[in-house]
Amino acid sequence: MAAPVLRWGCRGRRWALACVDGGSCYRRGPPTGSTCDRIRGQSSVAQQPLHTAQKPRKGEHKWAAVVGLEIHAQISSNSKLFSGSQVHFSAPPNSLVSFFDASLPGTLPVLNRRCVEAAVMTGLALNCHINKKSLFDRKHYFYADLPAGYQITQQRLPIAVNGSLTYGISAGKERGQVIPKRVRVKQIQLEQDSGKSLHDDLRSQTLIDLNRAGVGLLEVVLEPDLSCGEEAATAVRELQLILQALGTSQANMAEGQLRVDANISVHHPGQPLGVRTEVKNLNSIRFLAKAIDYEIQRQISELENGGEILNETRSFHEKLGCTVSMRDKEAKQDYRFMPEPNLPPLLLYDATSLPTGADPQQVINIDQIRETLPELPSVTRERLVQQYGMLPEHSFTLLNEVGLLEFFQNVIKETRAEPKKVTSWVLNIFLGYLKQENLAVSESPVTPSVLAELLDLLDSRTISSSAAKQVFEELWKREGKTPGQIVSEKQLELMQDRGALEQFCYSVMKDHPQVVMDVKKGNSRAINKLIGLVRKATLNRADPAMIKEILEKQLSTFCGMCEEHARLLHRYTHGSVICSLPSHHLYLAFLSMLSPPNSPPTTVPPLFPTDRRGCVMFPSLCP
Amino acid sequence: MLGRTLREASAALKQGQITPTELCQKCLSLIKKTKFLNAYITVSEEVALKQAEESEKRYKNGQSLGDLDGIPIAVKDNFSTSGIETTCASNMLKGYVPPYNATVVQKLLDQGALLMGKTNLDEFAMGSGSTDGIFGPVKNPWSYSKQYREKKKQNPHSKSGDSDWLITGGSSGGSAAAVSAFTCYAALGSDTGGSTRNPAAHCGLVGFKPSYGLVSRHGLIPLVNSMDVPGILTRCVDDAAMVLGVLAGHDPKDSTTIRDPVNKPLVLSSLADVSKLCIGIPKEYLVPELSSEIQSLWSRAADLFESQGAKVIEVSLPHTSYSIVCYHVLCTSEVASNMARFDGLQYGHRCDIDVSTEAMYAATRREGFNDVVRGRILSGNFFLLKENYENYFVKAQKVRRLIANDFVNAFNSGVDVLLTPTTLSEAVPYLEFIKEDNRTRSAQDDIFTQAVNMAGLPAVSIPVALSNQGLPIGLQFIGRAFDDQQLLTVAKWFEKQVQFPVIQLQELMDDCSAILENEKIASVSLKQ
Repeated sequence: MAAPVLRWGCRGRRWALACVDGGSCYRRGPPTGSTCDRIRGQSSVAQQPLHTAQKPRKGEHKWAAVVGLEIHAQISSNSKLFSGSQVHFSAPPNSLVSFFDASLPGTLPVLNRRCVEAAVMTGLALNCHINKKSLFDRKHYFYADLPAGYQITQQRLPIAVNGSLTYGISAGKERGQVIPKRVRVKQIQLEQDSGKSLHDDLRSQTLIDLNRAGVGLLEVVLEPDLSCGEEAATAVRELQLILQALGTSQANMAEGQLRVDANISVHHPGQPLGVRTEVKNLNSIRFLAKAIDYEIQRQISELENGGEILNETRSFHEKLGCTVSMRDKEAKQDYRFMPEPNLPPLLLYDATSLPTGADPQQVINIDQIRETLPELPSVTRERLVQQYGMLPEHSFTLLNEVGLLEFFQNVIKETRAEPKKVTSWVLNIFLGYLKQENLAVSESPVTPSVLAELLDLLDSRTISSSAAKQVFEELWKREGKTPGQIVSEKQLELMQDRGALEQFCYSVMKDHPQVVMDVKKGNSRAINKLIGLVRKATLNRADPAMIKEILEKQLSTFCGMCEEHARLLHRYTHGSVICSLPSHHLYLAFLSMLSPPNSPPTTVPPLFPTDRRGCVMFPSLCP
Repeated sequence: MLGRTLREASAALKQGQITPTELCQKCLSLIKKTKFLNAYITVSEEVALKQAEESEKRYKNGQSLGDLDGIPIAVKDNFSTSGIETTCASNMLKGYVPPYNATVVQKLLDQGALLMGKTNLDEFAMGSGSTDGIFGPVKNPWSYSKQYREKKKQNPHSKSGDSDWLITGGSSGGSAAAVSAFTCYAALGSDTGGSTRNPAAHCGLVGFKPSYGLVSRHGLIPLVNSMDVPGILTRCVDDAAMVLGVLAGHDPKDSTTIRDPVNKPLVLSSLADVSKLCIGIPKEYLVPELSSEIQSLWSRAADLFESQGAKVIEVSLPHTSYSIVCYHVLCTSEVASNMARFDGLQYGHRCDIDVSTEAMYAATRREGFNDVVRGRILSGNFFLLKENYENYFVKAQKVRRLIANDFVNAFNSGVDVLLTPTTLSEAVPYLEFIKEDNRTRSAQDDIFTQAVNMAGLPAVSIPVALSNQGLPIGLQFIGRAFDDQQLLTVAKWFEKQVQFPVIQLQELMDDCSAILENEKIASVSLKQ
């Protein structure tokens, strides 16, 4: 069946997904977003099924989606899985091809030790059982970039089985809260990558690049424990972090080092699983989530309209944002698996089974690999929360951005500033600048030691936090200046002279009696305005905390009005003085009626008459 | 000089009785004279002469590389040879020049051996006659021997002329013919189900199949990876041992080779006494199809051992009768897989059709492979289908295990070597041979040999005597895995007892021009 591409190809539609709180259940509701403009112009007949499906039918529209993933991670190794050819992402075409990679007759595979170690490491990190004996098989299919006509993989007895991957979904309600979820790892198998085909439709030619042919892959098979695109995306992201932490794969999806196929089906909870489709070629985490959610919704709509789901392979069309059926030829075939006769069983050992006197070059010791496992992302995050008191959410952000954690740790190492301050600066300001310019951490113009120096200046109150931001902005310009230089050039040091600052405060208050009165009226925010005005007057060189302190002190004695008087003023005006007179005049007039400065009032002044509009009537001053 | 053994020729070179270049030229001229045998697909004359020249320099400087320095050898055309076309006697690889040497070839060259050329075979080594390659059948030099011709004259029923020339057996028939016709001192064959031992038996040679894993397969274009072993064809057991000594050992490029160190050079001791030996006679190998002549030779051989004090016992290899069917399933399955790489994209034949990649594959493979290869690919793929895999491939693997265990049990019962026939009969005329199809022939001819490949054991065919027709008959010794040396030691003792006659080809040499003329006509008519 040809895929109804246009019918479902709605880029702008946002489906009502209830990932976290709704568990795995989907409610079929009207699309919350509008359909994409491009689609709207298409045949209305094609749109029809959607509308009929939207009619609410009670009890019928509760669906659960079941998603399993097959993830191919290119092993980070110097040479290929079975040959000595080098592995490089962007080498000239066919420049990294050994006789074996080109499948010259008579060549034989020789297993790369590094790839086996990477598989064991990954298996251990994913809590797998490592098979001490695993086998290699041939999987046959004809394709121009598969020169042998078969791929060597591990179908019958893979190197690692029965593991689990824990990942966290951020919950919507409470800030910083992350709900842990778990997906079972069915197996991890070692296998060869294929070459690349470049189809030149114009000349109807296919060009083959065998550089990738034979590169080692880890195929990680996740059980269908996932229920939506977000879960799948988060699980894959976690796996990506684990692989990167282990160094077993660079897991860069853009470079094809991590590729995901998703198996998707929908059913009514409590009923047997539905027919599944496989969506292939998902090469970014964003598309992965989109493709899965699209496919889930497509299946639901198909079934609700009395259609059926075909067990087929679909690919995700990035531009249209939908999945499209792939030709049957590519999708369904009998791979005619057969044991690979040129590779003996792969035997691994542990401390107890290690043969005595074995050549360490010839054996792989699982226990030894376990001992050398680096810290895994989940542990790192926990440590960050414990050690630096950051929110779990922040620990996720630190790990999710490539290189950010290392940056953060380097800053921490070099600065005296509080970890919380560092966290805030790295996650808010530094990351914000990066995002704005779409830069990677490694491309940042500000190095960890520079940021550390800046934070030290802030910590020692040499500069204010706003001055620090100003310095950061200067640093971002890549002019090679140190924070210290910028501070002295721009004269951003905090004013240490209290007397001078008091002068600034006083004159600001004098020039802004209305604001002062607001403060007096109990508008606590108004003091911030005063602080801002003082800072402005000091060219941002004053410490806001100190300004506040001085202001508070001065406010309490300003014009000699004691707190009691201020309260009275507030009471008489009901907190909402509306007068055609400039308020400070009103205020001054009012003050003149009161007792001399600094002496407590002896009597309570009578209430001022007010007009209809609630204005205070002030006979002597009213126009 | 050419009639000598490798060891003798080696001694002559060392003593300066002949120079490598002289020896090389003699062989080259004999290769030309015996071209009608069709033993060689490619004669690497220039390479051989250059190697001879270098060898000669070494001898002059007293820097000989060893026993093989300057010795002319031939290599079956399914071993990759750097810079020399390697065809597997198939259209698919016609014109294919490998960029690397098979490990075994490299090891021989490293010892100073002279590569005379690449020898003929059945296409991709699939056959037991050396009749099914694109370069035509190989003729058995014994067809032209004095021994055979005289017997033929005595027989009133035999046809006159050369049209009833005999096959060499196969699939390493070219290598067998090359050694048998004195064009080289040793040749490499390959042995998957008997492909070295069978032509050795038919051509009166020693044909040795080493233990699986003892000799590297890297560069051997595979038939069945789990059974293929490079084979050695020589005129005597000592020569085979000498070559084995050079070839054996771990190859980092072949993960199925064992790491245990191998004794080098491999020199066989002369057994003075066989009284401590136990020879096993597998009773299942006594089949009705076995020619009475071979049967009687087999039993006389057993008697010989017994009379010299060895213990000769009957043993049972109960799963023997399932072996050939099992072999068929496993062989074709691996063939289907191994042949998948021949798609015309990177090397070898490519058809002109370019409508689609699939159409190109199909036409390339149809044009490139003969019926035998295509038939095996088809059956193999059938056995590997998901719905058939358990019933065929997995069962065949289980049977293979039982067969291997049969041998283990026999050896565990105290047997040192097994003694069996190599073939059902002596070599048959080509016209007789082609009456049956390749599959039937292979099934019949591999009957005594392929179980050994299933079990990975070393085995050697030793020429024993001439039949009533004046044709060689071989018997096979099978040894314990990796006990190749003991096996050859026993074979050497036996060889010494039987004193197999040397092929008398003088007439052929004298008369070759006349034969050449006749054969030209014959081969032309065959091609049509």
